[in-house]
Amino acid sequence: MASYNTSEFRKGLKVQIDGDPYLMLECNFVKPGKGQALYKCRLRNLVRNTVLDRTWKSGDSLEAADVEEVEAQYLYRQADTFVFMDTNTYEQYELDKDLVDDAWKYLKEGMMCSIMLFNNQPIGMTPPNHVVLKVEYCEPGAKGNTATNVTKPAEVETGATIECPSFVNIGDMIRVDTRTGEYIERARE
Amino acid sequence: MSGDAEGLQRSVWKCPGEASSQPDYLPSATLAALWFRAELLKRLRAFFDERGFLEVDTPILSADTVVDRHLAAFSTELPCGPGRPPRRLWLQTSPEFPMKRLLAAGAEAIYQVAHVFRRDEIGPLHNPEFTMVEWYRAGDGPEQGMQFLSDLCEAMLDRGPAERVSYREAFARHVGLDPLTVPTEALVARCRALRLAVPPGSAEDDRDTWLDFLLGECVQAHLGRPRPVIVYDYPASQAMLARVRADDPPVAERFELYVDGIELANGYHELLDAAELRRRNRSVNAQRRADGNAALPEGSRLLDAMEAGLPAAVGVALGFDRLVMLAFGATRLAEVLAFPMGRA
Repeated sequence: MASYNTSEFRKGLKVQIDGDPYLMLECNFVKPGKGQALYKCRLRNLVRNTVLDRTWKSGDSLEAADVEEVEAQYLYRQADTFVFMDTNTYEQYELDKDLVDDAWKYLKEGMMCSIMLFNNQPIGMTPPNHVVLKVEYCEPGAKGNTATNVTKPAEVETGATIECPSFVNIGDMIRVDTRTGEYIERARE
Repeated sequence: MSGDAEGLQRSVWKCPGEASSQPDYLPSATLAALWFRAELLKRLRAFFDERGFLEVDTPILSADTVVDRHLAAFSTELPCGPGRPPRRLWLQTSPEFPMKRLLAAGAEAIYQVAHVFRRDEIGPLHNPEFTMVEWYRAGDGPEQGMQFLSDLCEAMLDRGPAERVSYREAFARHVGLDPLTVPTEALVARCRALRLAVPPGSAEDDRDTWLDFLLGECVQAHLGRPRPVIVYDYPASQAMLARVRADDPPVAERFELYVDGIELANGYHELLDAAELRRRNRSVNAQRRADGNAALPEGSRLLDAMEAGLPAAVGVALGFDRLVMLAFGATRLAEVLAFPMGRA
């Protein structure tokens, strides 16, 4: 397995620490008091999404993490497992609901998502930033009310509930930002 | 300084080289920054010239190199003809040795603006090749040496004279421990209690490493804010080439200037005792070997000069690129270097 020496440390490097993959967010060289040369790094755990501050001595090295992102299509859900397929290789990936986390709210069959693999095992999934979902149920809209500051819950086709403006009706298509979970606009599709 | 009409006219490149997305044949500093740098260098030379200093120019490539635990010098070979082994030469990490040899030969006040080289030092505030201003004045003690440094800092940065704080006071204020007397285990325990990111594999008994680490994590960022500060009287174990004063506990007559948390200069009341330097070189090489680094040649022409007699003196080395960066209001050396390492 490849490894990186401190002199190769830089932002964006993917490394392994205690068996987990990390992304290097920052790396700073310091040499306090004419002492030992140190590399102060901030890293994000790509599995748990936690941030770690670590310091290494000049000359230390870290194992590279075999991390890659693949585009995969969401196929179906079976109990607690979400099944995706890489449309180039036809390789299927089964993700536990814990890995999919809140993203289940936006998953429609056939949707292209990004799956992060560590040693060829899925460790995370990201849906597109914007998705269009059909409203299955909501309270009737107040006629002529186009204000967006008054919201109501709307149940969409995936089973999730999205806060929508009061003018949204059953059968409407709405565009949702998957990063914030917020309604953006009505869609024509 | 930048109000000069000609300077304003010439303050832009044909192609701006600011952003890192620019092709790397372009400089990373703006033309305005290079004008500013040149002006500051003129003022710096005038400062020394007005005080009767002789500007000297000593070799960058030398048979001698400083024996330091944490400095890595570049080296090369000088061919010496067929059948003869080449000579190992070193790119200087500072012009200290030849300048002290000039003192030993009778020079009284000398300065130099020199390019120096340190392998493995690269970051926003480090470039493996950088410009050092170094000066020596025979007859000075620590007080005169610190006063001179403060005067120079005031003249170059216009942020008032430097305050003074002993290493002991600064450390006690921000770490809450006496760096000269506390057991090493207490330093280790403090790092743990503060949940500092200690580098893996740090030896528990390596006192200076723990002192340096706490200094870097807890003290350094506070130094030189809002006014420049000179930290003086270092732990005796960090004397490098400074004299150790036999106080109780003993301290090294070494001082450093900090501005905005950035180390700008390092000064010594110079060690004169050749036998003591030989002892230090031996012990540094032992540490280097323990760290997994190659030992460095312990003999040098500096030792010969010290044996012949070096006058009492204070010597100071100041990072010129960092001085320009601070005076210019920049935050990275690349903003005041035409071509930092990535573009060299």
